[in-house]
Amino acid sequence: MVLLSGCAAATRGAPAAGDSLSALRPQYVSTYLHHPGKPVVIRNATILTAAGPELSRGSILLQDGKIAAVGGNVTAPPDAIVVDGSGKYVTPGIIDAHSHLGVYAAPGTESQSDGNEATDPNTAQVWAEHSFWPQDPQIPLAVAGGITVIQALPGSANLIGGRSATLRLIPARTVQAMKYPGAPYGVKMACGENPKRVYGDKGPSTRMGNMAGDRTAFAKAEKYRRDWDAWLTEKEGDPPERDLQLETLADVLRGKAFIQNHCYRADEMAQMLDLAREFGFHIRAFHHAVEAYKIADLLARDSVAAAVWADWWGFKMESLDGIPQNAALLQQAGARAIIHSDSEEGIQRLNQEAAKAMYAGRNAGINVTREQAIRWLTANPAWALGIDSTTGTLEVGKAADVVVWSGDPFSVYSKAERVYNEGWLVFDRADPRAQRTTDFNLGTSAPGVGQ
Amino acid sequence: MTGGWADGRTVVVALSACALWTGVVEAQTIAITGGTIYPVSGPKIENGTLLLRDGKVAAVGLSVEIPASATRVDAKGGWITPGLIHGGSSLGLKLFDIGAQLETQEDTASGDVKAAFNVAEAVDPASIAIPVARLEGVTSSISKPAVGLFPGQAVLLDLAGDRVEDMVAQSPVAMMVDLGQGGKPAGGGSRGRTLQRFRRIMRDALEYDRRRDDFRRNQMQPLAASADDLEALLPVLRGRLPLFVIANRRSDLENALKVAREFDLKIVIWGGAEGWQVAPELARAKVPVLLEPLTNVPRFEALNARLDNATLLWKAGVKVGVAQQDAALFRDLRQAAGNEVRNGMSWDAALRSVTLSTAEAAGVADRYGSLEAGKVANVVVWSGDPLEFSSKVNHLYIRGREIPLVSRQTELLDRYRTLPPRY
Repeated sequence: MVLLSGCAAATRGAPAAGDSLSALRPQYVSTYLHHPGKPVVIRNATILTAAGPELSRGSILLQDGKIAAVGGNVTAPPDAIVVDGSGKYVTPGIIDAHSHLGVYAAPGTESQSDGNEATDPNTAQVWAEHSFWPQDPQIPLAVAGGITVIQALPGSANLIGGRSATLRLIPARTVQAMKYPGAPYGVKMACGENPKRVYGDKGPSTRMGNMAGDRTAFAKAEKYRRDWDAWLTEKEGDPPERDLQLETLADVLRGKAFIQNHCYRADEMAQMLDLAREFGFHIRAFHHAVEAYKIADLLARDSVAAAVWADWWGFKMESLDGIPQNAALLQQAGARAIIHSDSEEGIQRLNQEAAKAMYAGRNAGINVTREQAIRWLTANPAWALGIDSTTGTLEVGKAADVVVWSGDPFSVYSKAERVYNEGWLVFDRADPRAQRTTDFNLGTSAPGVGQ
Repeated sequence: MTGGWADGRTVVVALSACALWTGVVEAQTIAITGGTIYPVSGPKIENGTLLLRDGKVAAVGLSVEIPASATRVDAKGGWITPGLIHGGSSLGLKLFDIGAQLETQEDTASGDVKAAFNVAEAVDPASIAIPVARLEGVTSSISKPAVGLFPGQAVLLDLAGDRVEDMVAQSPVAMMVDLGQGGKPAGGGSRGRTLQRFRRIMRDALEYDRRRDDFRRNQMQPLAASADDLEALLPVLRGRLPLFVIANRRSDLENALKVAREFDLKIVIWGGAEGWQVAPELARAKVPVLLEPLTNVPRFEALNARLDNATLLWKAGVKVGVAQQDAALFRDLRQAAGNEVRNGMSWDAALRSVTLSTAEAAGVADRYGSLEAGKVANVVVWSGDPLEFSSKVNHLYIRGREIPLVSRQTELLDRYRTLPPRY
């Protein structure tokens, strides 16, 4: 709701007034604080800014958590830590638009299987952050792969799975301390096989049942939104009864929460675009989208991003038509392509997945440049998450979310050597003290996460 | 031999002999020139010539005489390697992991002890996954059964051919046994009991072999498995068939080494996520490991999994081959090998881990895994470093025959390259 975020910022930490409505009080506010440190200047590196042409022998200055300067000639303050970037590459921190870290934590036990509230096809009321385990040992493994921000999503058992959480991957005791300040909520939806398989007799059991379930939910949300918006304007009489499920969907209708839609088949994505038109909201991104290339023109027309794997296919019927040129064809059509992981292993090398997708395009005669492909991992997911004004590119004023790579990030041999999360060196391959482990890692004999 | 399964096995063995000859009829003489040859068994040969004849490598080197009748292939600038061998997949046996599409699954059968179950006759040569894997340079696969204490017998397939007989290169190539998490149900829920059952089955196989007459006269106590299954274990007990032991936890690996000593078995570790912790023991026992190099997420069966497992094993002298269990990743052998290099292995050893080392583990290195005269002509001509994403397959040969570089996926690309599509 419009009022909530302002309210939250104003009252962080302070108890809310006792007589106000719960709906108007701060809701699970981010307690993230930028980690202070000395300025850092990385010199003489190849810089992929994701905002323009590559800089060869460029420099970048990180100061107070922000990018203070980037270019061929950068002046650094005398106390700046100097990193020699000779032979190295610098990119924005990688943003995984589709992760289940923390909600499907390792070790993968039933006890920590917290990603699907598979009790009803519509669970718009659940929030992924309420499942998220900050001690998931998968987190430092992802950081070692250059990930700075993830969208942690509920699973895809449900038509409407709940709210996602946009999180900074930093060591923290609480999820609140990881929440990306100001990030809009995502709302997970799922098409296709999963919802209809999970609910069987109860329904939905068909794709038409899926659509009917979605439409029923949004039809109810329309009235809820109208009732609340009217009450908030006039503040007369009793407020409408609060309904957490409808509250989430009403925020979708207000354009405040972004639909993140798991959807494989082209024809189903086209159906969902129509559904969005029926209810007047915008689908921010289709996820998995293995057939996005078949409707790249429609996605470009409606400004819907497509978050895809490089080459996954064939693991279920609706993934049959996956091809490795998916992202390249989206790029060619002017649509917004994203390479996502949906995998605790894939998230550790999203750069390689983007490389596979880029070269699959090039080797098939679809020209994709490194400048374009780096955006699949940075600027484009930042846009899908609604945080592109503050991260996703190496531009002055943006967050100092930066990765220093040992070489070309589109080579299989390159490694993330240093990862800065808003200026905080959260991973340094050369320094075991900067290879942080979670509590879960203690007492096992595996060495640092850099291995 | 007794029982239908054993008979079935005889047939399959006969087929594999056939299969090699099938290639002979169709294959021509091909001379690949101008590229850099990586034979794996020896140092690279720049601007060398590779001669393929009758489905075999006829010659490789700098001064190879090219017959006038040979088809010449100019591989200038290319990198030439043996075809990649998958160290354990369900290629040809399975398509979907999710959604119980039983029509596409042939790698599991009911029961715990299926030593006599050979997957060869379940293989679907028309599987659409096969051409997709080929496009990434995979020419052979150890295709294996899954689930149970003894999931069954794996076979080595060459990934081309219209009939199973055209594909089977070695059947069986290995017996599978699961002494880890997956084998627990067969022991009623505990590894200790699974191992006890394993030993009893192995002892009964020997006992059955010693007392066949008693068995036929019904003068034996009930055996721990059917006669078919016990019979199928005899080649393993005689050291003639490798036993692929699925084991990841350090203690499971130690158990595997222990039972190998007890029964004098030729074992190969399949999985081996915590292998680095017992690398010297594996090296001393000359036990190869077929592993997934990218598996490092801690699970209770392998809390100490790590990304450089393959490297540490290799450094200790263990023979390492690559398998990728996940159906979505069957084609990604070269990415797996590239990551081995990324994590400290030499480039040569990484290439070996998707070719010759796997062939050695499977006991087929006399025919597979390197470019040497007399070996099966499974060859890939790459545009560059095969472990890099920038490279692609320019030519691919299986049993000396050039395979067109098309798949269902290239057809989809052609259809949708420009929109609207061309139906």
